[in-house]
Amino acid sequence: MAIDAISMAGNKAKGKRPQYFKDGDSDRLMAILMAVAGELAVARERIDTLERLLEKNGVLKRQDIEQYAPDTEAAHERGLWQQEYIARILRVIQQEIEQIDENRAAAVHAKEHTAASTTNDLEELIDELAST
Amino acid sequence: MKDSDRQVPPAWNEVGRHATFPQARHDEVARFNFLTNLNTHLATQVLPGVRKAYDQRVEALGEAPSNRRAVGTILKQEPVYQYWSALRRNTMEMRQQNGRGMVLRQLPELIEKAQSLNEGSTQLQLDPAVKVPRYVSAVDIHCMPGGYHTELCADDISAGANYDCGIFVTTAGMLGRYSDGGGQALVKWLRQEAEKGFRPKRILDIGCTVGHNIVPLAQAFPDTEIVAIDVAAPVLRYAHARAKSLGVNNIVFRQANAEALSDADGSFDLIITCMFLHETSSRALPRILAETHRLLAHGGRVVHIEQPQFTDDMPVYEQFMRDWDTRNNNEPFWGTLHDLDLFEAMQEAGFQRENISTTGLFAVVDESLFPSAERADADSEDYGRKPAWHAYIARK
Repeated sequence: MAIDAISMAGNKAKGKRPQYFKDGDSDRLMAILMAVAGELAVARERIDTLERLLEKNGVLKRQDIEQYAPDTEAAHERGLWQQEYIARILRVIQQEIEQIDENRAAAVHAKEHTAASTTNDLEELIDELAST
Repeated sequence: MKDSDRQVPPAWNEVGRHATFPQARHDEVARFNFLTNLNTHLATQVLPGVRKAYDQRVEALGEAPSNRRAVGTILKQEPVYQYWSALRRNTMEMRQQNGRGMVLRQLPELIEKAQSLNEGSTQLQLDPAVKVPRYVSAVDIHCMPGGYHTELCADDISAGANYDCGIFVTTAGMLGRYSDGGGQALVKWLRQEAEKGFRPKRILDIGCTVGHNIVPLAQAFPDTEIVAIDVAAPVLRYAHARAKSLGVNNIVFRQANAEALSDADGSFDLIITCMFLHETSSRALPRILAETHRLLAHGGRVVHIEQPQFTDDMPVYEQFMRDWDTRNNNEPFWGTLHDLDLFEAMQEAGFQRENISTTGLFAVVDESLFPSAERADADSEDYGRKPAWHAYIARK
């Protein structure tokens, strides 16, 4: 058997997996979330290793990191990074809100035009565009 | 709580290495560290919350459940329990994935190292005719994909290497550097018995897996002849190579099923099983216990190490929590075994009631680095994980 370490590492153990939450989706999300949380911890540990090695080799003092205060430009860049990061991970909420606007716009449009050409439901639109 | 007062488990870097132990990269170590600490967090921070939520629900019901099934009915509706249980399952699965990823990417090198230690040795006795029993193969025990027995290629040792590298994570270091706290506890017990005149010459270890529980005995008593058996070839290959690279030369690792062994009556003075009986079945268990009786010489002893039995004295909440592994960690015989009266089962196997006793055993570890189960708070119980065992001892 060819050994594919990446995919075989995640092989399922024989035996049905229990469901822990009311909804199986929550079980799946929890599993993904914990894997991501684990990888964040791994990245954090790698940074810590870096800092300690840099200090040991005289490149920096870790105390300097604790006492570091960004100047105005750096603070701005870092603020932007934080905002982008948060926007990225909370994408689903942003889009949920945009959907409200989209629905309202569709409703307004429906008043002005015939109902058949105003839907924003994808299934209906597929049928609409396919119809001759 | 001050930071300095918090108990931090040792880093995985402290794990004892030997020639066939997988080489870990920085991030693989970090993954194990995360999981070790997550297990500690679940045991110390979340588990007390499960108890608190349970007590509140019982108070609201106005009646305490009378058996562990009823405890389960209450707890399965409780979000804190759902979180604890789901997270605990995830730690098992993630530990497997990390261990397997690390082992499989270097499998050819690991196999080569094992081969160089195993080749031509008369102390590794594999027998392809040994069938893997259904209680080992029906589901993958501990959620280890492929269990102990699956061979991915010729001379495979991956099951052993993966098992060996992750025990530390599941037990948060409580089994010590070589995950051998159980074997070290047996050494401590046997030294005490030796002072009273019990000095076994031949020892049998049943269900030895990677040999972590028997190697300490071999090291402490180098003049004894030891046979360690298991049904699974991959763990035996690994166990033999592991023992050799640790300088141990008095163990024969043999592929055999403990339900029926070929050794002559009275062949051994001491027979041990360490966290093994719960991985068998109601049909196999009496056969195995009967074999231990047959194989013991007169005056010999058998020692079974297990988690405590579910007796009437054990609160039903504790019984339910200790039974978690049965359904959540692919240990299908765990609950049945712990409900059993082991004294009675050993009696039926031929031992006299007055010659059977039980004693508490704790993992023996290097306490300068590793947490001691014996000295841990009594309320630090992590149902089924803490190496605070019951030893069932019978003399023939």
